[in-house]
Parts: sequence; C-alpha cells; structure tokens
Amino acid sequence: MERHFVRELEALKTNLIKMGSFVEQGIATAIRSLLERRADLAEQVISQEQRINSFEIEIDDAVVDLLALQQPVATDLRFILAASKINNDLERIGDHAVNIAESALQVANRIPVKPLEDIPLMAQTTQVMLRDAIDGFIQRDTNLCRKVLASDDTIDNLNKQVFRDLVELIRKQPETLEESLELIRVSRNLERVADLATNIAEEVIFMAEARVVKHHQAD
Amino acid sequence: MSNPTTKILTDDLNLFYGQKQALKNISIGIRANHVTALIGPSGCGKSTYLRSLNRMNDLIDNVRIEGRVMIDDVNIYDKQVDVVELRKRVGMIFQKSNPFPKSVFENVAYGPKINGVRDRAKLEEIVQNSLQRAALWEEVKDDLKKSGLALSGGQQQRLCIARALAVDPEILLMDEPASALDPIATAKIEELIYELKDRYTIVIVTHNMQQAARVSDITAFFYLGELIEADETKKIFTTPEKKQTEEYITGRFG
Repeated sequence: MERHFVRELEALKTNLIKMGSFVEQGIATAIRSLLERRADLAEQVISQEQRINSFEIEIDDAVVDLLALQQPVATDLRFILAASKINNDLERIGDHAVNIAESALQVANRIPVKPLEDIPLMAQTTQVMLRDAIDGFIQRDTNLCRKVLASDDTIDNLNKQVFRDLVELIRKQPETLEESLELIRVSRNLERVADLATNIAEEVIFMAEARVVKHHQAD
Repeated sequence: MSNPTTKILTDDLNLFYGQKQALKNISIGIRANHVTALIGPSGCGKSTYLRSLNRMNDLIDNVRIEGRVMIDDVNIYDKQVDVVELRKRVGMIFQKSNPFPKSVFENVAYGPKINGVRDRAKLEEIVQNSLQRAALWEEVKDDLKKSGLALSGGQQQRLCIARALAVDPEILLMDEPASALDPIATAKIEELIYELKDRYTIVIVTHNMQQAARVSDITAFFYLGELIEADETKKIFTTPEKKQTEEYITGRFG
C-alpha cells in the first residue's frame, strides 16, 4: 500500500513542473515581445503574472503541510526544502519576465536605436540555462545542473558588455537615452534570471547529492 | 457544532469515577468519514472520552455520566438503547491486539455467526471482504485455518480490525492501535486508517503526536479532563489558537 505521503510528494513535483513551464513560457514571450516589438505579447506576459503568483502560494502551502504533518527526513526532506526554494526562484523569474515585457512596451513604438546582438544572445543563453535547470530538477540530473553553473559567467560578461555599449551609445547619441536605459534594464533582468536559474541548479544538486555548491564553494 | 456531516455529537459531557471528575463539559462534533485524533498527556481523559462513545465505561464500577452522546440523533445513554447493538455499530480496536485463540477465518466469522449468519458462502464472502478491507487478505488468504495467535503483531492488529469490520460498523474507535508495533507495521496501520475513512468514521487516541499529524483530519487536544482545542489537523500543527496547545505539541510540556 503506497503511503499517501508519496502521492503528495509527486503532486508537489508535478505542480512545480507546471509552474516552471509557465515561467519559461513567460520569459520566452517577453523576449519575443521585445525583439519583435509586439505590444500584444508584452500585455500577455503582464496578465499572466497572477497565475504564477497563485502557483507560488499553492506550492508554499503544500510545503508547510508536508513539513508540519509528515515529518520528512533524508531525501524527502531535501526534496521539500529544494522545492520550497525553487518555488520562490521561479516566482522571481516570473517577475523578471514582467519587467522585460514592460520594457518591451516602452520600446515597441519607437524606432530601434541599434541592431540588437548581445541581448538576443543573452536571452538565448539564459533560456537554455533555465530549461536545463528545470530539466535537471525533473530528471535529478546534476550534470545538467553543473552545465548551468558554468554558463553564469558568460551571462555576467555579456551584461557588462551591453552596459558598456549602451553607455557609449548614449554619449554619442543622447536622444537614444530612454530606449537605451530600457535595454540596460532588460539586460539586467536577463542577468538576474540567469542567476536564479543558477540558484535552481544549486538547489537540485543539494537535493540529489546532499552537497552544497553555493557561493562558488569548491565542488 | 451541528452540521449535516456530524456523526457523533457530544453535548456537555461530564464523567466521574466516584468522586473524581475525569471529563469536564466536553462538547464536540465528530465528523463523518473523517479521522479524528485525540491527543494529550497521560491522564488527560482522552481514553476515557473514547470509551464513552460506545459505553465501554459502563463496564467500570462507580462511573457516572452527565450530558449526552448523540449518534445519528439518538442519545446512546438513553435507557432503551441496546448496548450490544451499539458496540456492533461502534467497533473498538485496542492497544494490545486480542485475537481469539481460533483460526484467522473463525476470528473474523465469529461476529457475523453470532448475529445469525449461517450460510457458509456468505460467511466466506464476509471474511474475505473484511480481511481485504483490513489490508490483510493477501498475507493470509492461502492459510485461513492458521491460528490468529500465530500472526505477527502488526498482522494481529489488522486481524482485529477485520474482525470489527465484519459486523458492519459505522464508526471505529482505536485506542493507541499502533503503539505496540514496529515502524513498518505502524506505517501499514496508519495507511489503512487513511483508507478506511472513506467508508467509516474513525476516532483514534494516540500519545504519538506525529502519528496524529500524519493520519488525522481533525485533532482534539485534551488536558486534565477538558477539551482545550479541536480543529483541522493542519491548523493545530501550524497555527494552534491556544497557548497550551502550542506548548504541548512543541514539546514544551507534557
């Protein structure tokens, strides 16, 4: 007779996977809305925020239940703690998707200041990191998670590059100030998403291997 | 607390062992098809209260009851109530399992036989159903003639549950049903309780708070003969209302 506790753990995992899927979609749509200058897509992302927040509350509630009522230990405990943190990380990623969409709304009706190269590259790398972190969670694949950790520096460097380029642009063409600031904002939000994907990867490694690899501890 | 799904309604119940008052003004509705756990330190009255739900306290000298215990709108302490019938409807499982010194089959068939079931095929059906519902069938089906006393502790307890189920009860009272069992057997009993609530109303006394948390829908905290707090288990174990409840479940006293 399978313990109903085991079914509840499965349900928690399923909910997290669903939430992850929504959040990934949100990021993808937000980036599309920026690159294709589509205000309608940006509005879509902004309106979905409530759904992601509801997920977060529901999952938080399930975590409290499981901890208070089932006294989990060992792998179960690590899973529930990881789930709780990943839940919060996903909700924050959702927030960043909204931020990116809001920037997209600001630039949608303007003439582009420069061809975007670095931002699409950042966006693509970030999305791969997020996908790998979530897949790593689903499959308990810590190799995939380590790949995510290794990509974080790339994003940091791209973010700095974008900043330098746009500061240069503002100096040369002051009339591009507003749009350039929005693009700097987008770059920063993408960098934060990459950070959060890294957090998720670290939590999965803790969950699967009971190893703490945060803050660049030797692994 | 009266609503369509209340199975047992205790109304201002007071119980005295001679001069000593063991239960004070207990008023609580026990929900149908839910598991209600009674927790509290030794001597708090939880077992006394449990026994008052099927009049097992009648068997103790010098017991006096005031107040009412209503099951389906009938006060079970009314003079015209048939106590034997009551104890069929409201079965009891004890801490120390007590199978009869008979075969597994005879243990479960005993109750129905006494109630007039003679047909062999019908008895076999009842025995199989009861053992299945008690999650014991698979382990004993190949040798129903085996003595009930030859089973392991956990199996004996499930046999006692099957025996209670064989007379078609509505309510099951369990007095620390797993405290004499090892962790695996305990887990089986707990999972069984979780499954049984679909068909039965269950009240369980446990001194193991974590068990109450795992297994029950409602938890009632007793202390010195009084009902301090009763609420959804989730609420009791996350945000209890009363300080005493909080202190007990966090192990500050008791």
